[in-house]
Amino acid sequence: MEQDKYKIIGKPEKRVDVLGKVTGKAKFADDYNVKHQLYGKVLRAKYPHARILKIDTSKAKNLPGVEAVLTADDIPGSKVFGIVVQNQSILAFDKVRYLGDGLAIVAAKTKEIAEEALELIEVEYEVLPVVTDPEEAIMPDAPKIHGDNNIFVHHKVRKGDIEKGFQEADYIIERKFKTQFIEHSYLEPEAILAEPAEHGGVRIIGSVQNLFSSRRSVAAALNLPLNKVQIIQSTLGGSFGGKDEVMTAMCCRAALLAIKTGKPVKMVNTREESMLESYKRHPYTMYYKWGIKSDGSITAMEIKIYADGGAYASMSPYVTWRSVVQATGPYYCENVKTDVITVYTNNNYTGAMRGFGSPQVNFAIESMIDIIAEKVGKDPLEIRLQNGFEKGAITATGQKLEHNVSLKEVLLKAAKEIDFQNKWREYKSQSDAPIKRGIGIACSYRGVSLGAEGTDAAGTIVSVQTDGSVIVSSGITDMGQGAQTQMCQIAAEVLGITMDRIVFLNTNTSRVPDSGPTVASRGTIMGGYAAKRAAETVRSTLMSVASEMTGYDVEVLDLKDNYLIDKDSGERLASFSELAAQCFKKGRPMFGFGWYKSPPTSWHEENGYGNAYFTFVYGTNIAEVEVDTETGKVNVINFVSAHDLGRAINKQTVLGQFYGGVAMGLGYGLLEEFEIEDGIPKQLNFDEYLLPTAKDIPNIKAIIVENEDAAGPFGAKSIGEPTNEIAAPAIINAIYNATGKRIYELPANLERVLLGHKLTRKGERGSVQKEKEELIIESCKIK
Amino acid sequence: MKKVNEIMNKVKIKTTINNRSYKLDVLPNQTLLNFLREELGLTGTKCGCEIGECGACTVLINGEAVNSCLVLVPQINGKEVLTVEGLSDGEQLHPLQKSFIEHGAVHCGFCTPGLLMTAKSLLDENPDPTEEEIRNAIAGNLCRCTGYIQVVEAVKNAAGEY
Repeated sequence: MEQDKYKIIGKPEKRVDVLGKVTGKAKFADDYNVKHQLYGKVLRAKYPHARILKIDTSKAKNLPGVEAVLTADDIPGSKVFGIVVQNQSILAFDKVRYLGDGLAIVAAKTKEIAEEALELIEVEYEVLPVVTDPEEAIMPDAPKIHGDNNIFVHHKVRKGDIEKGFQEADYIIERKFKTQFIEHSYLEPEAILAEPAEHGGVRIIGSVQNLFSSRRSVAAALNLPLNKVQIIQSTLGGSFGGKDEVMTAMCCRAALLAIKTGKPVKMVNTREESMLESYKRHPYTMYYKWGIKSDGSITAMEIKIYADGGAYASMSPYVTWRSVVQATGPYYCENVKTDVITVYTNNNYTGAMRGFGSPQVNFAIESMIDIIAEKVGKDPLEIRLQNGFEKGAITATGQKLEHNVSLKEVLLKAAKEIDFQNKWREYKSQSDAPIKRGIGIACSYRGVSLGAEGTDAAGTIVSVQTDGSVIVSSGITDMGQGAQTQMCQIAAEVLGITMDRIVFLNTNTSRVPDSGPTVASRGTIMGGYAAKRAAETVRSTLMSVASEMTGYDVEVLDLKDNYLIDKDSGERLASFSELAAQCFKKGRPMFGFGWYKSPPTSWHEENGYGNAYFTFVYGTNIAEVEVDTETGKVNVINFVSAHDLGRAINKQTVLGQFYGGVAMGLGYGLLEEFEIEDGIPKQLNFDEYLLPTAKDIPNIKAIIVENEDAAGPFGAKSIGEPTNEIAAPAIINAIYNATGKRIYELPANLERVLLGHKLTRKGERGSVQKEKEELIIESCKIK
Repeated sequence: MKKVNEIMNKVKIKTTINNRSYKLDVLPNQTLLNFLREELGLTGTKCGCEIGECGACTVLINGEAVNSCLVLVPQINGKEVLTVEGLSDGEQLHPLQKSFIEHGAVHCGFCTPGLLMTAKSLLDENPDPTEEEIRNAIAGNLCRCTGYIQVVEAVKNAAGEY
């Protein structure tokens, strides 16, 4: 049996961090307190776009209980940070560019005093015109956010001859799609505790996702070497890509206050502060123009996308790069021209969020493929099987797919599970009734890890103690997805021990190597591979000691179930603990360090092609819905999610990723929208920002497909983001199957489903105004 | 102008928290959530929204699940409060805690204490709930990680242990 190949890999081992989480002992950032700590608070912008003429902090400084009031002038080093473009202010000094910008920070004896001090800070502004629509922001006379051009990224993909492709087409189909801002909605708001370190520098513990990038920015802001900025990750209450730059800003601010006051400083955002300041998923406006033959094959794809980057560059260059690579979907097409243009506006800045530029394009692609299926009289499964990639396919970026391309396998397995084609036909011709049923499918291919975005390597440490217990630590972090558990399972498998022997140390920038950010679904493949190598190093030492101890050849020895055994007879020769003690006695190293650097990738930015990712994963989602045609309410009643992830290291955490990913995708498709009007956010807490509840999520049938990939540990690839990127288009296609009305703008809330457009509240509560009609290019040019 | 806290008289209350009785002088404007976390160091109860929407701060008052961010401390006078720290019996985990572990219902864990308390209140009242009753009971507890499925399974399974 395949399952017996491994003792620990694939098994639903319990999470290594679970006990504290069910007893209330797990310490999240806001649970850390020390004596004499001060409370830090941030003064945020009054206008979404304004020049700062003067900041007067004198009154605030004189308030009893206030220990420091600081502005950008008090930052000794770099006043700005940014992973690609260094233009995000730690504290605004020239202009405020969105409503979440911080201008001044206060440290005081109590939160109340800190808040009162904020009110005493006087700021003089020169209010500037606001631009919030990316397509308006590119006009010559638009207000400029940074420098003299609001366009800061233009990624391209070029393949074949687009004109020739359209000439060959029997039909040309053009559509416009729009997506919304959405909020990560990690349940734990941002929090940290920063303390001056004993020998200079600063020690920070907090809810930070990407410790090493935050550390780099704190060091630059404070003019400190990296070894004097220690950042420790507290148990992280969700992140989904969201606790990066917003945490970097908080780290810099609290560190600054801690150094200036010489005291520990605690900073915690309220939910309102969190939603106001934090970055969001990019809204995209997408123009898709496809040329197709009457048999359903695709001759040309011309795609133009405007992404709203908001006030700062953040991760936009990377997020939109993934979009440009994946914008055509997993479909054969010889002639492709894709442009993704990212623009500054006075909206919340946009950055990394689970999916990272794919949920937007997948909504457009998977809507388009259904539209062309109908045009040529095929069903949604047929058209995908006809056009979908197989092994050896050449992608839009000219990359030949050499791994196991399992797109059709996941499509067929998902379709079979729910009897997709029959249901689709039945619902298509259902009779008129208030409640209509529909079923929709969506699939995707997704590049694994960072790809040609940048350096992709990670390190993990496995340290065996003298009693045979083990400590694992890594530069890859856990935010609830289970990365710690995966790495421990891999170490346990290699060392032949049980999971109860292993403890995972929270990531600390001073104790583990810089492993880049824990993003791009790279935790298991990168941190896990490094864990495997680290454990193998220790194992080889242990085995040579075992051979000396027993007189047996290494080849006949094995480690299994916490014992050293004779491979042939299965006889237990010594316990793992005895072996560890012996190893220590002989003065041999019981410490393994593993490093994994990903296989090579390439990208030609100017000409728009390259081997973007070293491998890909494939997935299919199918949604079955009931649409109330009298209210516009959509209920998802059944859901199938099939993903090839290489290998499931832990089936239970993998299922958790399937379910959680679909739930987040359902919110994206039906409920969630962070609205910003004239630079002013409309939803700042969960009373108005609607998250899916237990009542909104259907039962989800998860299909785990495992085609091992040589690039990952035990064949494992990725699962965190793939599960989140195709739920929305599956639901949108199901709504079309039910109603015959296509949704071109997310989310498909009641008004969009019922009326075909959004209702906007303006001014007085209750007054309703119809939004400007969206331009939907419906013309199908028939040659 | 004097601060509210300076002119406000403290209130004397008697209460039981996690089976331990307390006689306390409390501020009448302090929330139970804040009191548990800041005054008693019971940080297992989490603060997610402070407006009673997310359920991360759920505790039991006389067995009933409530958002502790919406309760003022004097309101617990003469009542029994149970938080996640009081759920297990010493080292012996409560059936719900065991079931949450077994079913993978814990991801980041931030919503877990609130979910556990809501689920306890449900099972104490209704030891054999249907799936729909479970979903109704936990509808006020937001979770961004799990998609709720493993949570529902865990509660259903724990019901069998009751």
